[in-house]
Parts: sequence; C-alpha cells; structure tokens
Amino acid sequence: MSMDRRKFLKLAGISSLVGISGLGSFELMRPGWLEAAEEAAQPASGVKRLAMIMDMGKFEEENYKQVVHACHSIHNVPNFGNPKDEIKWIWTDSFEHVFPSQGENPFLKESIEERPFLLLCNHCQHPPCVRVCPTQATFKRKQDGIVAMDYHRCIGCRFCMAACPYGSRSFNWRDPRTDNNKYLGKLNPEFPTRTKGVVEKCNFCVERLAKGLQPNCVESQKGNPGAMYFGDLNDPNSEVREVLNKNYTLRRKPELGTQPNVYYIIGGV
Amino acid sequence: MKFYNGGKVFIGLAIFVLLFVSPFIFGMSRPNKVPKPSIDTPEINALAVKKCVESKDYMEQSHMQLLDKWRDQALREGNRHWKNSEGKDVYISLQNTCMKCHSNKKEFCDTCHNYLAVKPYCWDCHLTPIEKEGV
Repeated sequence: MSMDRRKFLKLAGISSLVGISGLGSFELMRPGWLEAAEEAAQPASGVKRLAMIMDMGKFEEENYKQVVHACHSIHNVPNFGNPKDEIKWIWTDSFEHVFPSQGENPFLKESIEERPFLLLCNHCQHPPCVRVCPTQATFKRKQDGIVAMDYHRCIGCRFCMAACPYGSRSFNWRDPRTDNNKYLGKLNPEFPTRTKGVVEKCNFCVERLAKGLQPNCVESQKGNPGAMYFGDLNDPNSEVREVLNKNYTLRRKPELGTQPNVYYIIGGV
Repeated sequence: MKFYNGGKVFIGLAIFVLLFVSPFIFGMSRPNKVPKPSIDTPEINALAVKKCVESKDYMEQSHMQLLDKWRDQALREGNRHWKNSEGKDVYISLQNTCMKCHSNKKEFCDTCHNYLAVKPYCWDCHLTPIEKEGV
C-alpha cells in the first residue's frame, strides 16, 4: 500500500487526536484529576474529620490487651490462632515497622525500640483502598470521613488490601463461623459477623458513634486518662485539636500523601 | 402403512405419561399448606399494641425492599433513623430492631422462605437471636 504525504499527515493528525483523548491527557487538560492526593481544601461546614490520638507513653502491657479485646469482642472478630488466617482490626507492632520512614536508627531510645505500637485503620483523608475498590464496597463517608465498608457489596477481590499501605485490612480466608463459632468466642448479639470471602477492617465504631458513644478502644482506656483521644479535627475548639497543638505527633507513612487520621504522641515514652 | 412394535411403543408411552404426571398425582393427596409465620414470641406478646414498623400487608409483600432501603440508608448514608408511614422513628437494624421482636427465625422467617424456596443470605453474617425454648 502506498501513501502520499497528504494522506499520511491526515492519518497522523487523527491518531494523535485519539491519543490525547485517552485518560493520560486528562493530566494535561485537567491537572490534578488523577492525583493521589491534593492540597487540603477548606472543609465544608458540618463536615467532620474524625481522628484518633494515642499517647504511647501511657500504655502498659495490660492496656494493649484491654484495647484489642474491647474492639475484637464487640465486633465479633475471630481468632484463628495462626498468622495466615489472622483477622485484625487493631493490633500492635514495633516502632521500626510502624514508622519505617524514620529509617533504621541504631541509637533509638531503647524504651521506644521495645515498645509495641497500637495500629488500626488510619481512616485516611485520601484513602487508596477506596480508589481501587471496583464495587464501592469501601467508601469514605462524606459527613465524618470514616472509611467504611459495606460487606454486602464486597466481592473479595482484595485490591484494597494491596492498596492499603498500613496493612489495616484482613481477608476472611475461612468462614468465621466454622466449627460451631469456636474461633469467635463470646458473640456480641448486636453486631454481625463476617462471611468467608470478604475483607474487613476497623470501622471507627461507626455503630457506636451513631448512638453518641465513643469508639470502644477509647472507652476501654477511660481509666487511663490521656492515653487515647477521639474527636473532630475540623472543629478548631475540639479536644483533639488542642492535644495536637500541645504535643509533637507522628503519623504513619505521611510521605505517601494519604493524610492518615491516627496520630501518635511519642514524647512520653 | 404398518405400525411396527405397536405394543412396546404404547407401553413405553404409558410409562412415560405415568411418570410425567406422577408428581401431580402424589401432590393431590396432600393439601397445599400455606405457611403461617408465627408471631408468638415473648417479645411480641409483651407488646401493648402488636404492630410492626409498617402494616402487615406491606411487610408481607415488601419487607425485602424495605430492608434493602434500610441497608443503604444506614450504611451508605450513615442515617440510622427511619420514619415510617405514621411518622414514627424507627432505629434501622436487622439484628437489633427486626429480630428483637421476631426472635423466632425458624418459625417466622424460614417458614415462608422455605415454602418459596428463596435463600436470603442475611444470616450468613447477621446473627439470629438465640431461640428461647419453652419460654
């Protein structure tokens, strides 16, 4: 097939038009549209940004257990007793693993190095899990910023688990009700269990917030004042804002731009 | 024209027809029992006015649509309070509202669902109230 210059130029022009109408060209025409995280916009009035602050210096071995038990018992989280099938909503890990961006520090204060840190879903301002969910089973609630899950919609593709940089999500490899509920322990009759093949994670106790209560982990540390705070960051007069103003805090992997909403006070350790 | 193997063909046909209509014949002797979901639970009996969140007719025909609406309102909109047709506020929860009264899943939910051969998977996750026996 031969082609003269005129035809070639026409064809090239049309193909480049098709080319720039692809998804990548949105970056040229609407900058920011594909960005993982944008500049913080002014929050609309009446919109909350729920956040949690933990002062790790206030936690002893017993407190960690209380917190994990408080959460897992009311949400019917099974304990399969092996790390492969593990389901976790709130758990602990070492400083080095929690804050890898701090780098390996051979001279880190010993008390920090040895201390477990409490981990849970960060309810990010820009949640990568929500971006990848093909069914919108996980979504960010507009009114308070909670990254919620609709287990009815979850198809168990585990994209969200791959996307979450914090390992906050667990997959139900097994039916949590197998063997006559033996892995569930004492059931909370007011909360459902999950089923095989769905992903689950911390929900910031959305069912308790609906009744005007605090998350159960925070509630469990009532006798340990100053250990955990929970509140609205969009309210400049809130307790959490005050605490953040008075203390230096760390967040997990802030360089990823997800804007996590769980803060750690390290000072007291 | 000659009909070959007539006897065998007609016997075969007769067996086929008999087999074909046998479910109808066996079914005739048994009366068609329309299921009657029981509302005899201690929680319902303790109520002054035995009334569900909507009329009986509506609940019978459309409880699934209502539950679907409830799910979306509670989970996705985050609003767990629902106004029924009389303007009464109802807290949205299958386990804590519906099943609080209808604590007899076997005699209530299952009777109709089994009759109609529908298998809703609500209870794969949602817990059924522990059925109290003889109370």
